Amino acid sequence: MTTAVSPSAERARRVAAEVTDPEMPMLTLADLGVLRDVVVEDDVVTVTITPTYSGCPAMATMRDDLVHRLRDHGFEDVRVRVALTPAWSSDWISERGRQALRDHGLSAPGPAPAHGGPVPLSLLPTRRGLFCPRCGSSATALTSEFGPTACKAMYRCEDCLEPFEHVKEI
Amino acid sequence: MTDHDSAYDGLLGGDDSQWAFGTDFEDPLAGVDTTIADGVDPAALASYCLMLGDDALVYSHRLSQWASNAPDLEDDIALANIALDLLGQARLLLARAAAADPAVVPVLPEGSPVPPEDALAFFRDDAGFRNVRLVEPEDADFGVTVARLLVFATYRLALLERLRSSDDTVLAAIAAKGVKEVAYHRDYAARWFLTLAQGTEESRRRLLAGLALVWPLLAELFDTHPVEATAAGQGFGVDPAVVADEVDVLLEQVLSVSGVERPDVRPTGPLGRGAGRDGRHTEALGRMLAEMQVVARAHPLGRW
Repeated sequence: MTTAVSPSAERARRVAAEVTDPEMPMLTLADLGVLRDVVVEDDVVTVTITPTYSGCPAMATMRDDLVHRLRDHGFEDVRVRVALTPAWSSDWISERGRQALRDHGLSAPGPAPAHGGPVPLSLLPTRRGLFCPRCGSSATALTSEFGPTACKAMYRCEDCLEPFEHVKEI
Repeated sequence: MTDHDSAYDGLLGGDDSQWAFGTDFEDPLAGVDTTIADGVDPAALASYCLMLGDDALVYSHRLSQWASNAPDLEDDIALANIALDLLGQARLLLARAAAADPAVVPVLPEGSPVPPEDALAFFRDDAGFRNVRLVEPEDADFGVTVARLLVFATYRLALLERLRSSDDTVLAAIAAKGVKEVAYHRDYAARWFLTLAQGTEESRRRLLAGLALVWPLLAELFDTHPVEATAAGQGFGVDPAVVADEVDVLLEQVLSVSGVERPDVRPTGPLGRGAGRDGRHTEALGRMLAEMQVVARAHPLGRW
């Protein structure tokens, strides 16, 4: 569907797209793929976001940040809605977002597994072709599939010995 | 000044983003189409969502008790993450139950800011909970937790995989997210199961002790409750008996790789009517809820 985008809708979209993720502030919500839609109708801005994980505790902060930032730019009536479907995928992280992760010492996710039928059991640690975001070595070892936030796993570089975080494929 | 400079801004700013009882979004399903499909009985949908939601809520609380107590930091964090995923699923499911049939929500004093899913979590007695008994006990040992999490996550993953095609679009959306999360939970438990079984004599002994505690509660999971039968019949739910074989095959895979025999134990009764899905629970649940609910119940009008 093609609709004429009003200048204010375009501006609201730009403002919303620059709001950063509270837990990974090097990423904007748009880069993370969490920002799904921005619509302006009768001076009401409706922003749609989607949680990365069901229990993502950052949703409230994201909402507040969107509301505050848009208010700072003159949009008084801002509503934030949650879309549960389609479920967020790490594939939605933009190329710019991936570069920002690497620039900040985090490892970006590879392609997400396809979840259609039954998920096969995997008794071995997930194999990922990763490079240490600090020294570039490919000799890395998984220390935990769960990290400081729901979306990350923890790794260690076996060359420079530094630990680093990897954004999980989901 | 950025939004994150002061933690107090969000609390004292006086705008509508203040929150009570944990997280924000008065309605976690805001913006989600909660229309109930034709042929779906709202009361049955609500009861069914309570069952799935209470499994997640109670087990989330139990897993969160490992925070600062797990064998090492990585597992502390892993179990807390799993608990958080389940809490998120519980919140959505309880909110779905409340939206489908508001009559299930406990009535609170006029002016209470408590959202419906929190009223369900904090203001129901144990007899009002619809979870299976598997999730209730407090685990004193990591070996028990590994065995319990393996069984629970395998069962839940099998249900969620099917619920992705639920006729209730909200339930289908919750399941589609949940599958991705619970797949990580199951594999985490399965890998620890193998590690403990093949580790030392002591780690194996404690894992087997855990499995023997958990196994008698397995049968209840697949014992179809009338609400589950209705849910399956109306196309929005899954009859758990249908996933019994699949869960068994998967558990057998883990057991055989680990060189562990299935325990020779009888199911803990009662089964069917009169078990967890009907609100008949072990003593452990009442004690857990007392701790989980005490602050919320003391301040039904509280803003936090």
